[in-house]
Amino acid sequence: MLHLEMGKYAMYVWPAWGLSVLVLAGLVADTLMRARRAKAALDRAEKGE
Amino acid sequence: MIFGLANPQRFMDATRRAGVIGGVLSAVLLIAGVWLSFTAPPDYQQGETVRIMFVHVPAAWMAMFVYACLGGASFFSLVFRHALADAAAKAAAPLGAAFNALALATGSLWGRPMWGAWWVWDARLTSVLILFFFYLGYMALRAALDDEQKAARAAAILALVGLINVPIVHFSVTWWNSLHQAASVFRLGGPTIAWSLLLPLLVMALGYMSLFFTLWIVRTRTEVMRTRAEALMLKRAGGA
Repeated sequence: MLHLEMGKYAMYVWPAWGLSVLVLAGLVADTLMRARRAKAALDRAEKGE
Repeated sequence: MIFGLANPQRFMDATRRAGVIGGVLSAVLLIAGVWLSFTAPPDYQQGETVRIMFVHVPAAWMAMFVYACLGGASFFSLVFRHALADAAAKAAAPLGAAFNALALATGSLWGRPMWGAWWVWDARLTSVLILFFFYLGYMALRAALDDEQKAARAAAILALVGLINVPIVHFSVTWWNSLHQAASVFRLGGPTIAWSLLLPLLVMALGYMSLFFTLWIVRTRTEVMRTRAEALMLKRAGGA
């Protein structure tokens, strides 16, 4: 059964989870963006543009 | 095998699909981890705040593990001058810093209701804060020097100096009187946590580990591509 009622600790539990999701999602987004940019730069360099 | 992969081209060929496979594996582990974290019973002492442990402990483990990877890669970069090792070290630092920041922030959110303080200058907390400064120092040093080779060498030396802090973080709770609880999973005699709380913790930790390796490989590949593109442009500019 899911326990989603954090009672008096809600103000500590949810920010901890929210922050974790935000930072990890940010890492994934940043990693993908940099990879795409580097790939595009390499393609341009290989084509001699 | 590791030395075989030190060749950037062989590494690029071997890790072509790593992002997709690792991404799927990490997503499955993390979704299972979140489900287990919120179906576990509350702890008899910590109550619902035990759910902070499922994001705090893996982040803290990763902060130390990633630093060990950063130190290892820096060693290979410094001693054997492997370009790929330097790319790996550079790629690992921001990941470790992010895990370290999460460990500090989520620890603080747990400390307030359980210890009555957001922060205490305790051996464990302070040594983890110093580890965070080593990550920041490493990244700042790399960014401050224009000559990439010099930046890589200076940062690698800093990373190796910081390695001494990793065992200090781990043993700080045993060596000094600490408010922070002692190790309850990686200890002689086995874990002391109830299985119902240990399982979500371990699955979340595996999810964090898988996510780290996936992002590390993708970022190292990115670094190889960036260096290659720059080298090609320089060659062309020199030939023109």
